[in-house]
Amino acid sequence: MKNSVNRDLPDDLMNKLNYEGFKTTDIGQPTVQRVAPKVRVTTGDDKVVDSIETVVKKTVRDGMTISFHHHFRNGDFVFNKVMRIIIDAGIKNLTLAPSSLTGVMNDIVIEAIKKGTITNITSSGMRGSLGDFVSHGGLKNPVIFRSHGNRARAIEHGDIKIDVAFLGVPNADKLGNANGMEGDAVFGSLGYALMDAQYANNVVLLTDNIMPYPNTPASIKQTQVDYVVKVDKVGDPDKIGSGATRFTKDPKELKIASMVNDVIVNSPYFKDGFSFQTGSGGAALAVTRYLRQAMIDNQIKASFALGGITKPTTDLLEEGLVRRVMDVQDFDKGAAESMHHNPNQQEIDASWYADPDNKGAMVDQLDVVILSALEIDTGFNVNVMTGSDGVIRGAVGGHQDAATAKLTIISAPLVRGRIATVVPKVTTNVTPGDSVDVLVTEYGIAINPKRQDLVKAFAHLPGVPVYSIEELQQMAEAKVGKPKPLEFTDRTVALVEYRDGTIIDAIHEVKD
Amino acid sequence: MEIKQTAVAGTLESSDIQIMLSKGNHGIEIDLESDVKKQFGDQIISVITTTLKKFGIENAKVKAVDKGALDCVIKARTIAVAQRALKTTDQPAWEVL
Amino acid sequence: MANNDERLRRTMMFVPGNNPAMVKDAGIYGADSIMFDLEDAVSMAEKDAARDLVYEALQSQDYGDAELVVRINGADTPYYANDVKAMVKAGVDVIRLPKTESAGMIHDLEKDVLAAEKQFGREEGSTHLMAAIESAKGVLNAPEIAAASDRMIGIALSAEDYTTDMKTHHYPDGAELSFARNMVLHAARAAGIAAFDTVFTNMDDTEGFYRETRYIHQLGFDGKSLVNPRQIAMVNKVYEPTQKEIENAKNVINAIEEAKMKGSGVISMNGQMVDRPVVMRAQRVMKLAKASNLLDEEGNYIEK
Repeated sequence: MKNSVNRDLPDDLMNKLNYEGFKTTDIGQPTVQRVAPKVRVTTGDDKVVDSIETVVKKTVRDGMTISFHHHFRNGDFVFNKVMRIIIDAGIKNLTLAPSSLTGVMNDIVIEAIKKGTITNITSSGMRGSLGDFVSHGGLKNPVIFRSHGNRARAIEHGDIKIDVAFLGVPNADKLGNANGMEGDAVFGSLGYALMDAQYANNVVLLTDNIMPYPNTPASIKQTQVDYVVKVDKVGDPDKIGSGATRFTKDPKELKIASMVNDVIVNSPYFKDGFSFQTGSGGAALAVTRYLRQAMIDNQIKASFALGGITKPTTDLLEEGLVRRVMDVQDFDKGAAESMHHNPNQQEIDASWYADPDNKGAMVDQLDVVILSALEIDTGFNVNVMTGSDGVIRGAVGGHQDAATAKLTIISAPLVRGRIATVVPKVTTNVTPGDSVDVLVTEYGIAINPKRQDLVKAFAHLPGVPVYSIEELQQMAEAKVGKPKPLEFTDRTVALVEYRDGTIIDAIHEVKD
Repeated sequence: MEIKQTAVAGTLESSDIQIMLSKGNHGIEIDLESDVKKQFGDQIISVITTTLKKFGIENAKVKAVDKGALDCVIKARTIAVAQRALKTTDQPAWEVL
Repeated sequence: MANNDERLRRTMMFVPGNNPAMVKDAGIYGADSIMFDLEDAVSMAEKDAARDLVYEALQSQDYGDAELVVRINGADTPYYANDVKAMVKAGVDVIRLPKTESAGMIHDLEKDVLAAEKQFGREEGSTHLMAAIESAKGVLNAPEIAAASDRMIGIALSAEDYTTDMKTHHYPDGAELSFARNMVLHAARAAGIAAFDTVFTNMDDTEGFYRETRYIHQLGFDGKSLVNPRQIAMVNKVYEPTQKEIENAKNVINAIEEAKMKGSGVISMNGQMVDRPVVMRAQRVMKLAKASNLLDEEGNYIEK
């Protein structure tokens, strides 16, 4: 079958997993039923467990769904410690349902798949050796990729039923009151993990820092936690930062950032009280800096900044240029520390951030978002999941969710090395073109023809050449040449959900 | 033309290609390493082969490590390595450029 | 002198000739001139490879409206002759000769360029020249150098070698360059060609860069040599005409049109005759305004 964005979907899997094809970005106003977790009743005095082995023995059984969060990013020690014990315990047929998978988890996930410990995965994304492994057919069942907002929706709906959540935290008391702000390996907001804490049947906290009871502020509460395990170290503080926290000096990135800024400032949304999400990465940080100057020059203040937060954004909060930071994750130490000290930096969970089936999510109120792309096609569809070789090496993240903003800007170089970013058809459609408004490259911008208001607004922007997206695609192809089409087998190795739980695309096994 | 010495041109920097050329006996044998081999491998090999043949080189071993070079860079590096291998760097092959 | 077209030459961006990533992307930053360097930015062992790379890039890459310049190796090097031939064959707009000290050096280059144009079937006279002045002797001979050939489009001061020659170094206030700057500038103006100021290398000193650029703009330089694309927007900002200048210029241009329509040889504005320097300045202001994106399609000033 084909869905509304003309992607071929595998009938057998769609039927077996009871999926529908993607139809529209419009969520509508359905009434939905949420689920609730089982509660093992206790007064709380029996929660502290001496070892991961004990807690695994108490909680994990064959066929269960287990989860982790990825707030430690590549500094994560918890995932490997827990998975090691689960594999060695000989447990089989687990569904792994973390908020995302980072590179430091790759080796042990591959081992767990090979040994039959893990037979299903749902994640925001995967990279490196694990993406390669899955793309080459290493996992029998298709991986289900979900955005952060969609994961929250799927948990609330019961599409993901977490049996045991293993949540690493830099501090917790003996009953499980914990936050992400104090201790050695701090990461700030616990945004994604809060879903697991609220909905998993068993919640296990792992910490290297047992605090006197009661520990506050408590992001995760004792009412949610079953067990608390003391471990040596939950993470490596030096590797928690996403790395891209320095202001770029790359002239090409700066050129793109400055054009992104021009687009924002000249849009109808740039007025007092506007809101924005910029994300991480060198160019995004540069945009934040340009935007700061534009806000000062035009005497404009933002009502809120959203999403993954970096220090340049919390600096705007300090300066009073942003009234609130709504923080689902922190990309660097500066942002994490700021959450601790600035009451105007509000920790939000993934549902509040971006769940479409909600009584209003933050993304629904968002004016401007800047997002990246591995590929964008002439229909403005964006791929952030598979590389130019067709191999999985990305994550949906909040991409589909934040693209619901009133002005969705994709910022990407026209070509990377010999690879065109603007292509006739994306390898994997992750975010449908209907939710994308403007593409900014180092050569100029393209505006989605659906947005005639923006076509008009940006028609005579000094220093911002406007092209059609087809023209940009042809410019890219003239530079790098026409690539040989990628070859895939018929086998589906992953399905990409749209944020409403329908299937927007299928990823196939690569043929080498 | 006979290759007189093994030569190298180009770097391993992004957007470059490093080409090593040495004597061979079985036509032009190219060992290509590239992140974009799937999409552009044939094209890269064709640019190298065509350029070498313009120098009259019919037999050579080529080791190419590509870092996403465009065709014009591949051609330039092939010219440079060919002239170095033929020891004719001081007399640019104007007909090949 | 090569041409009177009063082409804008605010920014001449240096691009190391053996760096494919930079050579390939040189066109995206909006420099008025792009100068591919085969000289100081390329090591001895890579002179041939850089020449091949720049040649192939010039054949295949789209650099838009930018003027394409190549700094070749000096006449006293073994690379000079092949550099000249290759760049003439490539059809580069301008060959820049480093360390120029006399009109004779330009005359020699002119002969070599002409020979190459004949050899490769290029239009004779199509390859323009410019000279870099990098020594006391060069500065003192700047007038004859600037006027040495009809192919000359500009001369540039290069402070690094010059200050060494002068037994000093480059100071933030540039006092040591005062004579050289004025000499080069006067030589250029007297010969009717462009004058380029030297590079500013400290990328962390934005304020210093603006100060120096405003200073050379005030002196009358056409523009500046640049080491980093990030400097382009800063130079353009300094060269941006004011709203008042643009409106004045527009009035002058309108007066010219009016005089043309009337068939009158005399241009007058507000009852006063407009003389040639005023007309030329007005034309230059309008050109700068257009390049600075300050005009709409009808040529009116855009409120920022």
